[in-house]
Amino acid sequence: MSIKLTVNGDTRELDIDPQMPLLWAIRDHLQLTGTKFGCGMALCGACTVHIDGQATRSCVTPVAAVQGKQVTTIEGLSTAAGRAVQGAWIGLDVPQCGYCQSGQVMSAAALLAGNPKPSDADIDAAMAGNICRCATYVRIRAAIHEAAQTLAAGAPATA
Amino acid sequence: MYFRHTEVAAGSAVAVAPSELDRRQFLKLSTLAGSGLTLGILLPGCGSQPGAGGAAAGPLVMPFVRVAPDNTVTVLSKHLEAGQGVWTGLPAIVAEELDASWEQMRVESAPAQAPLYQNLAFVPLGVHAQFTGGSTAVANSWQQLRQAGATARAMLVAAAAEQWRVPAAEVTVSEGVVVHAGAGKKATFGELAGSAAKRPVPANVKLKDPASFKIIGREKLPRLDARAKSTGKQQFAIDVMLPGMMTAVVMRPPRFGAKAKSFDAAQAKAVAGVVDVVEIPRGVAVVARDMWSAKRGREALKVTWDESDAEKRGTAELMKQYRALARGKDAVTAASAGDADGALAHAVKRVAGEFEFPYLAHAPMEPLTAVCALSADKCEIWAGCQMQTPDQAAAAAITGLKPEQVVIHTLAAGGTFGRRATPDSDFVSEVSSITKATGGKYPVRLIWTREDDITGGRYRPLNYHRIEAGIDKDGKVAWRQRIVGQSILIGTPFESVLVKNGIDPNAVGGNAAEEYDLDHVHVSWNAPKVGVPVLWWRSVENTHTAYSKEVMIDELAQAAAQDPVAFRLAHLGKHPRHVGALKLAAEKAGWDQPFAGGKGRGRGVAVHESFGTVVAQVAEVTVSGDKITVDRVVCAVDCGIAVTPDVVKAQMQSAIGFGLSAALLGKITLTDGHVDQTNFHQYQVLRINDMPRAIEVHIVPSTNPPSGVGEPGTPPIAPAVANAVRAATGIRLHTLPFDLAGARRAHA
Repeated sequence: MSIKLTVNGDTRELDIDPQMPLLWAIRDHLQLTGTKFGCGMALCGACTVHIDGQATRSCVTPVAAVQGKQVTTIEGLSTAAGRAVQGAWIGLDVPQCGYCQSGQVMSAAALLAGNPKPSDADIDAAMAGNICRCATYVRIRAAIHEAAQTLAAGAPATA
Repeated sequence: MYFRHTEVAAGSAVAVAPSELDRRQFLKLSTLAGSGLTLGILLPGCGSQPGAGGAAAGPLVMPFVRVAPDNTVTVLSKHLEAGQGVWTGLPAIVAEELDASWEQMRVESAPAQAPLYQNLAFVPLGVHAQFTGGSTAVANSWQQLRQAGATARAMLVAAAAEQWRVPAAEVTVSEGVVVHAGAGKKATFGELAGSAAKRPVPANVKLKDPASFKIIGREKLPRLDARAKSTGKQQFAIDVMLPGMMTAVVMRPPRFGAKAKSFDAAQAKAVAGVVDVVEIPRGVAVVARDMWSAKRGREALKVTWDESDAEKRGTAELMKQYRALARGKDAVTAASAGDADGALAHAVKRVAGEFEFPYLAHAPMEPLTAVCALSADKCEIWAGCQMQTPDQAAAAAITGLKPEQVVIHTLAAGGTFGRRATPDSDFVSEVSSITKATGGKYPVRLIWTREDDITGGRYRPLNYHRIEAGIDKDGKVAWRQRIVGQSILIGTPFESVLVKNGIDPNAVGGNAAEEYDLDHVHVSWNAPKVGVPVLWWRSVENTHTAYSKEVMIDELAQAAAQDPVAFRLAHLGKHPRHVGALKLAAEKAGWDQPFAGGKGRGRGVAVHESFGTVVAQVAEVTVSGDKITVDRVVCAVDCGIAVTPDVVKAQMQSAIGFGLSAALLGKITLTDGHVDQTNFHQYQVLRINDMPRAIEVHIVPSTNPPSGVGEPGTPPIAPAVANAVRAATGIRLHTLPFDLAGARRAHA
């Protein structure tokens, strides 16, 4: 069945099962591999993308549900918050194995878009859906605070 | 064949993938480099193109370092990067001796090749393999890569001296620029690489005085992989896309040890996108054009299992048997000194404890994944290989090729914590079997789902410890301990070299006899035969031996009415590095100051050496109802020379989080041989809301050669927290993960 997907501003028609999770359409059919598979049950956040700006777990979102919506993956992240987050991530050397970090960055960018000055508690609440087995959490908190400061200063870093 | 190079920092990708170099040249190199201390041996045919100004343009290509005309310096990492930072630490060692600029450094994985790329830490033990484990990457590469960097530097200097007609001794190198001040000459590494490649390889090069290190020990040396990993560009095995590639998932037996008897693939094959269903030794594989179709196909697959040899016991039953075994006389002695029984009989203070540790899954965020492309005379594997040459041998055996016909592309792994190091190369074997079974007509990408991962075995072994300890009137400690837990090494190819006198060091190491000065000590071990596959799990046996040791030592201190730090120091006279780390952690934590406690607040301490590194941690907790919150951890680490201090700190933070995950949440249980947990809703792991707000890491200054940091931060955290909880509540936590409500009931 033909499914029309708009990802990172590009619209493509794919002949796939409408129940296919967005994650696998993005990865296997659009070859955008920055979005990761971690659990398949919306438990770990590795697959986080933005749908019309909202952080969403693509592993449980059927492609049929996102037709006509704007999907943004890590490859297309270009908001001020997104750039500030990535700049802070690199500056503080947040990643270790790095596998969960696309999802972490997408969740953090969505958090800052809605809450430009989050507290530690806000960060914990917003990021608790993203598992990092390397436990880079201390640096994730620090990097989100740093990105918030960058945004407040009005000069987002370039990633 | 599509293969995306590792993206690193700024700048272009490197020009030549190691696998594209002539394999015969590498074989020749490996023969020459049999000692392991590989010198800069040139690959013939490189760097022969004359360049502008009479200098030869071209790369300088050596086994561990390549200098390209574009002025990049690429270090070939023989070790897997799985987050622990070897793609930064190994280049730092080379860059230091080379006097390179950090900005010009690049890294890529070395091909699978022993002895050239074998892990030198295990050679004295009789293991000759390329693999990453035991927190050895930096330690075993230290001299080798210093040598490699210094050799390349000497050749670049020699090339410059010849070109400028000046004495080599007058040529200096700094930040990647070669200079002769007197002649007013300077050149980049890239400009000199081609000429340097024609120079003879010096037999002896002088290594730097560590006092003059500029890169090694630099407080903040940016990770070479941070950018790619923050932008979604880092390539993992699961990201490999080959033309015509199919995706496979495997249906594995519902119980460990069962085998497929028969299967009906009709409905699976009817699922759109499914192209093949094949039996392999480990189950039945469904091959499809994408992951979704493969999963749907597997749901429709019907397999009948032969469970006659399957493990059918549950963990409750196993633990009951372990407790009974611990009370029996029949065990192997792991350590013995003095007269433990006699000393215990005369002890003035005694404590006893029974400790229970569950099976634990590694659960790396990238589930096990491997890609295989097979032709008549070549097999290529893309995976986060932790044991490159054993994986290569396994793929060769399965595909009927010679090991040298198997090319291993080691990609960054999305975590491992030991899971990708399997003596039988489990996931690499599976993808090789599937590709062989489908005739090599398309490349195959095997993906384990999270359910496959959590239920797939290879766990940290279930363990039971029973300890009786006491102090005599002079304050001397007597210690008797029984450990009951499966062996990791027995039954693997490592048994013959690593198991001595029936003792598996990966079951009993890090016990009190090793870590404290004890006059009277007896440690023994039972190794029950259980069909649940077990494996190394970040810090291995230390995950349980450090726990029971540090909790019992703390209880002894309490029984003796002594301060926990002072009590430990009194029994560490022969362990000066323990003393150094413990004192530093205590000092930074303000241990000598009264603890700003209050209701439910407590602090605890633990110290432990593993993999040659000593780590001490002070944990501060708040207990509210049955909820334990770890507020602050102060960590001191003695890892010899800290090559990349910020990576050392990151590894301590990581190991603390990983250990806390096990202490607070981690548990795999079985019922009638079936694993009870399937995904992260049941196998819970630490999330950001349970991560301490403050983790402070302090590095003990040292001039000793570096030791590892990937694992040693894990063992102390659970006992430090348990000791803090006991200080806060009086409750002893002897069963993991912590169940404060259960412990309260037992205590009442």
